[in-house]
Amino acid sequence: MDTSQYLDVFIDESTEHVEDLYNYLLELEKNPTETNLIEEIFRAAHTLKGMSATMGFQDVANLTHKLENVFDGIRYERIKIDATIMDVIFQAVDNLNAMIEDIAAGGDGKGDVSTIVANLEKIENGEVVTKENDAAATVEGTVETDTTTSNLDEFELSILEESRDRGFHNYEVTVQLREDCLLKGARVFMVFEVLEKLGEVIKSTPPVTDLEEENFDYSFTVLFVSQSSKEEIQKSIEKVSEIEHVTINLFSVEAYKQQLIDQEEQSSVLTFEEKKEKTEDKSDKAPKAKSKKPTSKTIRVNIERLDILMNLFEELVIDRGRLEQIASELNNNDLQETVERMTRVSGDLQNIILTMRMVPIDQVFNRFPRMIRQLARDLQKEVDIEIIGAETELDRTVIDEIGDPLVHLIRNAIDHGIETPDVRKQKGKPTQGTIKLQAYHSGNHVFIEISDDGAGINKEKVLKKALENGVITESTANNLTNQQIYELIMESGFSTADSVSDISGRGVGLDVVKNTIESLGGNITINAEENQGSIFSVQLPLTLSIMSVLLVELSDETYAIPLSSIIETAIIQKSQIMHAHNKKVIDFRGNIVPLTFLNEVFETEQTIADQDYISVVIVRKGDKMTALVVDSFIGQQEVVLKSLGNYLSNTFAISGATILGDGQVALIIDSNVLVK
Amino acid sequence: MENEMTNDKKVIVFQLKDEEYAVSVQQVGSIERMQPITRVPQTADFVKGVINLRGVVTPIIDLRARFGIEASEMSESTRIIIVYLDDMEVGLIVDAANDVIDIPEDAIEPAPEVVGTVDADYIDGVAKLDNRLLILLNLPKVLSKEEINELKTVEG
Repeated sequence: MDTSQYLDVFIDESTEHVEDLYNYLLELEKNPTETNLIEEIFRAAHTLKGMSATMGFQDVANLTHKLENVFDGIRYERIKIDATIMDVIFQAVDNLNAMIEDIAAGGDGKGDVSTIVANLEKIENGEVVTKENDAAATVEGTVETDTTTSNLDEFELSILEESRDRGFHNYEVTVQLREDCLLKGARVFMVFEVLEKLGEVIKSTPPVTDLEEENFDYSFTVLFVSQSSKEEIQKSIEKVSEIEHVTINLFSVEAYKQQLIDQEEQSSVLTFEEKKEKTEDKSDKAPKAKSKKPTSKTIRVNIERLDILMNLFEELVIDRGRLEQIASELNNNDLQETVERMTRVSGDLQNIILTMRMVPIDQVFNRFPRMIRQLARDLQKEVDIEIIGAETELDRTVIDEIGDPLVHLIRNAIDHGIETPDVRKQKGKPTQGTIKLQAYHSGNHVFIEISDDGAGINKEKVLKKALENGVITESTANNLTNQQIYELIMESGFSTADSVSDISGRGVGLDVVKNTIESLGGNITINAEENQGSIFSVQLPLTLSIMSVLLVELSDETYAIPLSSIIETAIIQKSQIMHAHNKKVIDFRGNIVPLTFLNEVFETEQTIADQDYISVVIVRKGDKMTALVVDSFIGQQEVVLKSLGNYLSNTFAISGATILGDGQVALIIDSNVLVK
Repeated sequence: MENEMTNDKKVIVFQLKDEEYAVSVQQVGSIERMQPITRVPQTADFVKGVINLRGVVTPIIDLRARFGIEASEMSESTRIIIVYLDDMEVGLIVDAANDVIDIPEDAIEPAPEVVGTVDADYIDGVAKLDNRLLILLNLPKVLSKEEINELKTVEG
């Protein structure tokens, strides 16, 4: 069957399912007994399996099949979830993700899944997944000394008990073979031979048949009864060649039973709750199912088509501007009315197109929990993540760009912000650090805040480092406000980490983050309190391509100032201009606001000199304001933001250009750099 | 059939003052008549500004100013040659764009070195055709960003 036509759908849907899997798994890690979640995971895995098998991606199908089996086991309580199992499952989903990405990139979606499949099989069979054969073994501080073997039947238990009573020792022996071992089966046989001379093997994981068929990775565990001492057994086994190492632990039947009882208690509570839930489920199943998934009818639209639609609409906006101008020149009532109507309709159209391109920031945020989990493990820190406002919507182009800077900021927060549990304890803070991600709308902007309750920023250290690296000079160092000092860490050529770790501080610093955010028309501010934590606040425009501007005139040139940065326009008397320390300022509603003469900045001809009144546009950046002096106001207009082209990138105080109704190009003023 | 053997280079020939220059056709997008240009402040003086080229904002360079030739009045024959280089799209103001011709590869010679003149590194070579002398432009050098940036740091 030719399935290529379904490939796009397959990729879209499987990416979605994998995302879902991640989310559910993270939830499940917090509430391991939530049966609804297990159901959802099972369903997602099942769908994925079906799709990938149809599409002929055998490895994906295999892996999901095993995953499905494991969750089937969990669903029917054959398998208990613990950290080890979660790790394997996460790893499995990571592999899935990688394979699907490979398919999306045009690959064949093949991956070596044998290790992970074997591990999943072990879980499925209720056996121990030994840390050693975990291919991507994560840093797990302690070697587990308590018993890991599970699922002993009555008979095996009674033998163990009996032998203990007769003065034998019960051991749990884990043998790890060298990875380059060629004849695994033979080595296993030799080990068993040795063991059988010293005592009796009660049980082995994986089962002996699997071991004989080499159906295991590089390690296996046996329960072993013997009179010999631990050391003796160890030495004997180590005589067999190609063995990496042998771990022997005493196996205590009591502890095992206790563990079993605990589990049973847990599961009985669980089943009770579950029953309760199930009865509830039945009673109001229909409404519940509805409330769980608010189904609105949607269709998938290729993002390219949306981009084309947006481009066409941009053209329309330009023509609309032209029509408006012609109508006002011709002064024909009918024409003006029609144009006004068209303006209203196209305004609505614009809103719809813009909202169509809006996606919840959740798309970016949802990959962070798993990233933070992994990072925290790698760095041996305890970190919790709190996400607020994931439903906040942003233009897709912004979403696409903002991911990497945020990743960088979060890495930074975990690596340099959150302290290790020991240090946190010393400081009297809970050992678990918290990273809070918050997104919200405000006016024409979206704010994203990343705050942590870590070490904050050490001002002295920052200053010292900035001086060393020549980012600032001695004389300027003394005049900086706290905020300015914090912002130094985003200057290029700056890195405060004492040691360069693998996670962040690889030389590409926060300056890249700052540049990316500024290129999106946003800005970033830092606030910090030593030992209390720091807040990185990112401000972004809602949309990039269409914006409202105030058109102003400077001699015979037209410039546009984004409305989002304008507080007010005013016409002031020349006599109101005051001088403060050689600078011209005005008193604006009780604030002293410096004047910036745009004709000086943009080198246009001076025309203000012989006027009694001057027109000013008050703009702000953060809480600072500046009054921009212009020749005259033209009016407000919706314009399409265009770049000046790569040849003229970074032109001072100009953020781009737009095409006006008459076909002329007007430059858009970047007022942020004019506010000092 | 001859054409297949000899490596010809198709170029667009344009005029600046009384000399003829050439750029490869591959690099040229279109040739436009003169149109209103919006000045962009705080840029090098040879950057005339930007135009609206069918909805695309395109920077314009005055080649006379770029090469240090004295300015002249715009005339009926003045043209803007739109050239593409890597990811840049730039318009060059020239006195006139004359024709498209093929230059045989072996007619191209390195730029003559004359004692006492500033080395003009934006010249790739010269081509002698009958009794015409064409100066082949090295566009990457002409459009090098270093010079605009230099000016900017002085002003900014």
